[in-house]
Amino acid sequence: MNYFENDLTTLHAGLVNKQFSVVELVKETFATIKQREPQLEAFLALNEEAALKQAATLDEQGIAPDQLLAGIPVGIKDNIVTKGLTTTAASKILENFNPIYDATVMEKLAEAGMINVGKLNLDEFAMGSSTETSAFKQTKNAWDQTKVPGGSSGGPAVAVAAGEIPVALGSDTGGSVRQPATFNGVVGTKPTYGRVSRYGLIAFSSSLDEIGPITRTVKDNALVLGAIAGHDDHDLTTSSKEVPDFTAGIEDGVKGLRIAVPKEYFAAGVADGVKDAIKQALAEMEKLGAVVDEVSLPYSKYGVPIYYVQACAEASSNLQRYDGIRYGFRAKDVKNLEDVYVRTRTEGFGPEVKRRIMLGTYVLAAGSYDKFFKKAAQVRTLVCRDFARVFKDHDVIMAPTTATPAFSFGAKVDDPVAMYMNDVLTIPSNLAGLPGMSVPAGFVDGMPVGLHIIANSFDEQTMYRAAYAYEQATRFFENVPAIGGQN
Amino acid sequence: MAISAEEVRHVAALAKMAVTDEELTKFTAQMDDILGMVEQLQEVDTTDVPMTYNVTDARNVMRPDEAVPGTDRAELMKNVPESEDGYIKVPAIIDESEEG
Amino acid sequence: MNFETTIGLEVHIEMKTKSKAFSPAPVRFGQPQNTDTNVIDWGYPGVLPQLNRGILEYGMRAALALNCEITKDIHFDRKNYFYPDNPKAYQITQSDTPLGRNGWLEITAEDGSKKRIGIHEMHVEEDAGKNTHNPNGYSYVDLNRQGTPLIEIVSEPDIASPEEAYRYLTRLRQIIMFSGVSDVKLEQGSMRTDVNISIRPYGATEYGTKTEMKNLNSFDHVRKGLEYEANRQAQVLMSGGTIQSETRRYDVPTGKTILMRVKEGKDDYRYFPEPDIPPVHISDEWIEEVRNSIPEMPDERRKQYENEFGLSEYDTDVLTQTKEMSDFFDATVAHGADPKLAANWLMVEVNSYLNAQQVELADTALTPEHLATMIKMIQDETISGKIGKKVFKEIIKNDTEPQAWVEQKGMVQLSDPAKLQPIIDDVLDNNEQSITDFKNGKDRAVGFLVGQIMKQTRGQANPKVVNKLLMKSLNAR
Repeated sequence: MNYFENDLTTLHAGLVNKQFSVVELVKETFATIKQREPQLEAFLALNEEAALKQAATLDEQGIAPDQLLAGIPVGIKDNIVTKGLTTTAASKILENFNPIYDATVMEKLAEAGMINVGKLNLDEFAMGSSTETSAFKQTKNAWDQTKVPGGSSGGPAVAVAAGEIPVALGSDTGGSVRQPATFNGVVGTKPTYGRVSRYGLIAFSSSLDEIGPITRTVKDNALVLGAIAGHDDHDLTTSSKEVPDFTAGIEDGVKGLRIAVPKEYFAAGVADGVKDAIKQALAEMEKLGAVVDEVSLPYSKYGVPIYYVQACAEASSNLQRYDGIRYGFRAKDVKNLEDVYVRTRTEGFGPEVKRRIMLGTYVLAAGSYDKFFKKAAQVRTLVCRDFARVFKDHDVIMAPTTATPAFSFGAKVDDPVAMYMNDVLTIPSNLAGLPGMSVPAGFVDGMPVGLHIIANSFDEQTMYRAAYAYEQATRFFENVPAIGGQN
Repeated sequence: MAISAEEVRHVAALAKMAVTDEELTKFTAQMDDILGMVEQLQEVDTTDVPMTYNVTDARNVMRPDEAVPGTDRAELMKNVPESEDGYIKVPAIIDESEEG
Repeated sequence: MNFETTIGLEVHIEMKTKSKAFSPAPVRFGQPQNTDTNVIDWGYPGVLPQLNRGILEYGMRAALALNCEITKDIHFDRKNYFYPDNPKAYQITQSDTPLGRNGWLEITAEDGSKKRIGIHEMHVEEDAGKNTHNPNGYSYVDLNRQGTPLIEIVSEPDIASPEEAYRYLTRLRQIIMFSGVSDVKLEQGSMRTDVNISIRPYGATEYGTKTEMKNLNSFDHVRKGLEYEANRQAQVLMSGGTIQSETRRYDVPTGKTILMRVKEGKDDYRYFPEPDIPPVHISDEWIEEVRNSIPEMPDERRKQYENEFGLSEYDTDVLTQTKEMSDFFDATVAHGADPKLAANWLMVEVNSYLNAQQVELADTALTPEHLATMIKMIQDETISGKIGKKVFKEIIKNDTEPQAWVEQKGMVQLSDPAKLQPIIDDVLDNNEQSITDFKNGKDRAVGFLVGQIMKQTRGQANPKVVNKLLMKSLNAR
């Protein structure tokens, strides 16, 4: 099946009309994956047997016209636990971990009839912006295999961009869905904090993590978010707000839509080519009837420091459970308890994870809590207030998703501060819990660029409507990467 | 210097991780860079600004006090590196003090 | 040199909720290892806590019973430390916003005066699992207890002697029990005390250096350990030494405290707000609802027992020692028993049975209804006091309805003069000599005649009625 030429709506029609069966679709998907994987290395594990079994069951039952997602293959970032299917978070410390429960999003996908075809690569514990910190594989950018796929959801973005699968789930803590989506020219969404249950998402930073879909088109994205969103008794931080049909009104256009463009998001560090692409996008939006307005988000520049204090602090606590006692890797020939802890954790974690754990431990330690943790949490309040002020008289914010297109392997992996600046444009919306998405916005030197759209809390509908109008006007999704010598 | 090698060694120990001398040098330099960047937060006036450590809109979310039977022990034991007779087994604890 | 002692206590008490603090697994004692656990208790990757409303309700009950102010906006915090019985390597507790603050309880000091001991704060948190150390070089971890809700009650340093510490703990246990928050079974470790003690010369303005002992589950050990420690510290100071900040252990066989470890600096638990549990606002309505649900406290019951029932101070003390006994007494009176008689039966016969059998009241078959029925039968002379003891032996062992049992066994007392008079006449007719002895002033003859009458009635005759009728008949002869 050619996922470059079919969106979820046409796939669904094909299944309902029995142009092809679910088994045929799934078989063909695995064939494509196996053909393209040597070049891309996006997957950590395939779920072939179970997927084919589920496909056969669906064929037997038949797919009704209202089961929009039934029979559609989906790939899952490997920090989302899948019952009976090894889940590693791309870390040696979980290399043999076989979950005995399913994440809430997995249950919701199963309910919708979607078929999990496998687990996708990421930066170890989702800590990174290039998928280079994975303990297992080096995933390559779908457009240029000498370049990073972005991260931490590198595997999900590449698998969708390369046409291996039509949908993937990623997680976004500071831009981990949107940045790789940009780098690979696909659509990636971080919903409002509390929109999607985190139960079963291996925690990195609990107050920032959010699961979101990666797809080729905006409408596909809205459909999948609708299937995974909603209150969950297993996650107390999920909202009790009702989940609307995110595709409703998506085609209504943007006449009169008030777009805020923060001047800080075009500051030094944003590549000229990227600036130009986004300026063109804004011109396009005006042409479609939207009103574009420059605004200021003065505290956004503190986003990266706030993020590294809070995310690392939470991570240092969340990752303490990996101790070699109840599950996962345990170092060999340990003599006593201290050995179990220290050797397991020293051998099990990679350098990026260790650095963040140490940083988080440091900012929480007696004597530095007030200076770092408390201060960061206070400035976070100011970042939230910045956004609240802008959303009083604007519907969405638009800006570049990343400052540059994808960079080469090894360019930043040893310079944490440079790597961390990758997320400078995406982090503020995580800090404020706002929904944000990246939509393909053209190319710079042959590499994709993304338009970042941020909406007010729980207003994903307006965000999707704006994204859809832009996507339909520009149709950048029709450009596809050359994989395996074919288009 | 925002952080010394001594402090890095101390936090590694708190986090139950060992670092070689070579790693220590590298980590110290990197963490010093990061903390240098974090230092800019000090310029912000946060007098009377409350902390934000969560952005959920949920409040007072509780479940009723009702018990659900535990998970099958054999299932839970599947991932345990070392177990015996339904217990999780760990090499001896040398320090006998227990937490309250 | 004379020293003044300062003691602070931190008490952990397990609440009797049905399910755990942050997971729905059951809270039960004595289940097979690792059977009352789930992925949350195990700290599995990806799991999140689920706050049990019950821990806040019970926590508030305890806070109100201890005269605390309730903190209206609370959140939870993480306390980070590694230990095999602590699967997440953090404990969910409250450090910033303890549920209750500035409370107090009252004890009787050694000089007989009433003394208030301040409660600095009290909060709710989760218990850890259990580690068993084995000489084979391994520890064995059972996570059944992991997540059991606790309240931690931190006293002000108002306690001035080991005996006061003992009385504080006794009183605290009583209050918690009566508030219905916990059954406080000491032998199951459901009330554990961390103590700290320092001494200073009288008049000194600064406290001395503290030493601490952790996880004591016997009040007696607390008292003895503190006595030993106060003496030890005094000896060290008098011989010119200094006290180190250290953790010690009370050794039961020798009655001494033994050094465990010297504390170097403060432990660094890296507390921070728990991001997985949204904040909770406690409304005035909720506080009132909880306040109204608190059962009567021992003091209120004592007042009622003394004023309404006319019981002595000693009696009320005994009856309010445990909530179980006090509830049983109230129920027995509610079933119509005379309060004084009910108190007597519970304090004498019931307590000596419980002591002899080493059981709790709940382990016996005795019900307030049966006890009340029995007491009423004695009072209205349906049975004699002697028969009453037989009935008691039956109803404490078996679920037997006393009235039916007495009737079935033919133990009902014979009190009807019309039925007794012919028997008395008959006995007198057959014992002329005894009548003569009586007339000659030999009182022993009466006893003999009563014995004969009792024999004729197989012990069922009401002695009072027999006496009255016999004297009348003798005098008439």
